[in-house]
Amino acid sequence: MNRGLLFFAAGLLAALGIGWMGFPRMLYERIDQPLQFSHRVHTSEKVGLKCDDCHAFRSDGSFAGIPSVSKCAECHAAPLTASADEKLLVEKYIVPGEEIPWRVYSRQPDNTYFSHLFHVRQARLKCDECHGSHGSSESLREFQRNRLSGYSRDIWGQNIAGFSRGMKMTECSRCHAARGRSDACLDCHK
Amino acid sequence: MTTPTQKKSRYGMVIDLDRCNGCGACMMACAVENNVPPAHREATDRTGITWLRVYRFNNGLKFPNNRSVFVPVPCQQCGRETPCVSVCPQQAVDVDPATGVVGQMPERCLGCRYCMAACPYHARYFNWWDAVWPPGMEKTLNPDVSTRMRGVVEKCNFCHGRLHAARERAAAAGRDTLQPGEYVPACVEACPARAIVFGDLNDETSEVARLARRPEAFRMLEQLGTEPKIYYLTRQSWVRKVSEDEVQMARKDQTHG
Repeated sequence: MNRGLLFFAAGLLAALGIGWMGFPRMLYERIDQPLQFSHRVHTSEKVGLKCDDCHAFRSDGSFAGIPSVSKCAECHAAPLTASADEKLLVEKYIVPGEEIPWRVYSRQPDNTYFSHLFHVRQARLKCDECHGSHGSSESLREFQRNRLSGYSRDIWGQNIAGFSRGMKMTECSRCHAARGRSDACLDCHK
Repeated sequence: MTTPTQKKSRYGMVIDLDRCNGCGACMMACAVENNVPPAHREATDRTGITWLRVYRFNNGLKFPNNRSVFVPVPCQQCGRETPCVSVCPQQAVDVDPATGVVGQMPERCLGCRYCMAACPYHARYFNWWDAVWPPGMEKTLNPDVSTRMRGVVEKCNFCHGRLHAARERAAAAGRDTLQPGEYVPACVEACPARAIVFGDLNDETSEVARLARRPEAFRMLEQLGTEPKIYYLTRQSWVRKVSEDEVQMARKDQTHG
């Protein structure tokens, strides 16, 4: 076999390996959530919660996002199961009344304007159209924080194959374009 | 799909120069609303940031015929051939088709300041320094407006944060359109002389559209054909002449750019 081609292929593989596997590890800091939580258990038939039982709109129309620990305490005043994470929840957060420092995958930068009101109440989007299968996930994946910007990996950038996950501007604008929304920068920025 | 912006609006302002007494409350309200930091100690008349600036003109005559006029100048929200939009190499400026508001995206801006050179009204401002907030003052920042960094251009956008807030209030009430008066920029609200009227120029019945049709109404440098959405009212003919006189406007002591 041609030696030159072999060297080329080896170099290419090494470069791709570094670019796709090595570099993201360097750029993104991986942080575990303070507590494991299963959306699947909570939305299962046995428990029977709906998304908006915990993630609700306030009376003024603003969206409350991740519930405060008092919401958890409504059911988990004392552990209901033998789960270690539930024990942690009760002992570390519910009993002392401490909020859980969740890492929010979809937390947007300061210059982004978003309102659930328009998307959920007016445009009648389902939660999973943006949040994917998060509502039926078994566990919380690690949070990947960009070491340079401090932002979550889920909100910016696209990989070379055009595949993106999470909530990025490309996703927003793709959906807006598909629905024929006329867009101005300041519709979603502030 | 129903959206809050489906009805096309063309927001504009009418500023009554015969009412304006130059108090500067509009400038202050604007800076507070839009998180404009206190001026850097080295900032000058040319390098400070004032999304809305009140200029003073004098007719130059001797007492008792001497007259002054105060002219509040925000971004004129040009509706045609918007000069800052066409020169921006970054697409950091756009005209919202739903509202007519000329929007500036500081995060996209690369700081070339071509738009500042193109703007006939000197209504654009460059951040020569990073914002420094006196201790404690950062707690009073408006969460509806993001702060800007050194090296980018910014300008009046008719208090866009207030438009977001007004749309949210309407949506919470189950409406998808805004009613007149629901969305008002900070300068309009702050003016003690009620010299500024704001509204939808497309709405024939609105006060702003009615005032803009008055014979005393004029726009600055109308001959350029940029169709600004800021109208001025005056019954004093010399004031009107000032607005048409580019040489006067370009006098160094009266402009910053």
